Amino acid sequence: MFQNFDFGVVASSLPYLFGQGMVFTLTLTALAATGGVVFGTLLAMMRLSGVPGLWHAAKLYVELMRSLPLVLVIFWFYFLVPYIGAWMTGSPNPIQVGAFTSALITFTLFEAAYFAEIMRAGIQSIPKGQTAAAQALGMGYAQTMRLVVLPQAFRNMLPLLLTQTIVLFQDTSLVYVLSLTDFLGAASKVAQRDGRLVEMYLFAALVYFAVCLAASFLVRRLQARVAIIR
Amino acid sequence: MNYTWNWGIFLEPSPEGTGTYADMLLSGLSWTIATALSSWVIAFCLGSLIGVLRTLPSKAARAVGTAYVELFRNVPLLVQMFLWYFVLPEVLPGSLGSWIKQLPNAPFYTAVACLGFFTASRVAEQVRAGIESLPRGQRMAGTAMGFTVAQTYRYVLLPNAYRIILPPLTSEFLNNLKNTSVALTIGLLELTGRARSMQEFSFQVFEAFTAATILYVLVNLVVIAAATLIERRVAVPGQR
Repeated sequence: MFQNFDFGVVASSLPYLFGQGMVFTLTLTALAATGGVVFGTLLAMMRLSGVPGLWHAAKLYVELMRSLPLVLVIFWFYFLVPYIGAWMTGSPNPIQVGAFTSALITFTLFEAAYFAEIMRAGIQSIPKGQTAAAQALGMGYAQTMRLVVLPQAFRNMLPLLLTQTIVLFQDTSLVYVLSLTDFLGAASKVAQRDGRLVEMYLFAALVYFAVCLAASFLVRRLQARVAIIR
Repeated sequence: MNYTWNWGIFLEPSPEGTGTYADMLLSGLSWTIATALSSWVIAFCLGSLIGVLRTLPSKAARAVGTAYVELFRNVPLLVQMFLWYFVLPEVLPGSLGSWIKQLPNAPFYTAVACLGFFTASRVAEQVRAGIESLPRGQRMAGTAMGFTVAQTYRYVLLPNAYRIILPPLTSEFLNNLKNTSVALTIGLLELTGRARSMQEFSFQVFEAFTAATILYVLVNLVVIAAATLIERRVAVPGQR
């Protein structure tokens, strides 16, 4: 069954696959994860703030994003972002936004909903006594959050945040629907150019498997090391 | 914003010649639901089996279960979809491969198999967590009653474990439902794909996507309501 395989096609396309494809995938993952954690933390704080309009808005946003398929959200933002851009800059026509920017905005906003749920659990895991102690020291809300609650919440939730980032790394392959050249997109373009679907897709699967397995192994090691013994 | 809204578009005939754009989206919805339900059958049965394997005393069984879960969790769904659709028919023996390629509705069967095996790895993790969350005494009590391992699982461990993991299983079912949209890449005419083609035919981008969004949210609400109902029906009186 493997007699017709041509692994030369994989070898000759390695610079393209990793130099362009994997760099794109990793850049998108890193930027979207950073943006997602920041925006997600804000959403979590809004949701826990107890301020009427604020927590309703955060809840609605998170629930809506979590009930939609990522592919649909990718399409939504691909068409919506040019209009939002036009509205923000006051231009009469939809502005041109690159597919990469569009994908970055999509993944940041989409993953923020998932990161928000993790951070919400993280903030809630900090005992009430700590907030009370911070307030007794005369700290305001911002100081309490920045100096007491969030550092511990991040530390407690670090393994979950990283696991979600691995999921994000896998999900970025869906930019395929916008014909972007991420790792899978690059593999697919070579596959179609050379008529070598079997070799290229098997190789792509192998690379994703190796990266994710190694990453989740590291996360487990880290989890054992950073865990706070109570 | 100079976007021309036209909500009447749903009642206009679609260029496919059968029915309106609304019919087109609803047929997409029915494919989404059919795919989600069929793949859930595979995911639930296989996932339960793998989850049980991971809790058995036998080391070999646990290794098989772990290997399955790691394999299917660490490859992106889209890549798995391509492997099932483009690669599997090529690497199978000739006649079997061409039989698969000639199947009517091949994208549907491929998507069902792919999502089934993918979601099974997630269901397996939940089943394992459910069984491991039970007190050790339950397994021992089963053994003390003279149950075989199979009987212990059938009558003691699984009925309890399933009740505990019902909420996470519901969210896995919803994930499975959302994941059906990935099958648009292999040509399944499901809801997101239909909304996308409606946008291509009619240029009414936001109407098409708004309708799809509302349909997804409605299906989500129905599933959550059904899960709450099931949870109440199967709850053991007096427990918790």
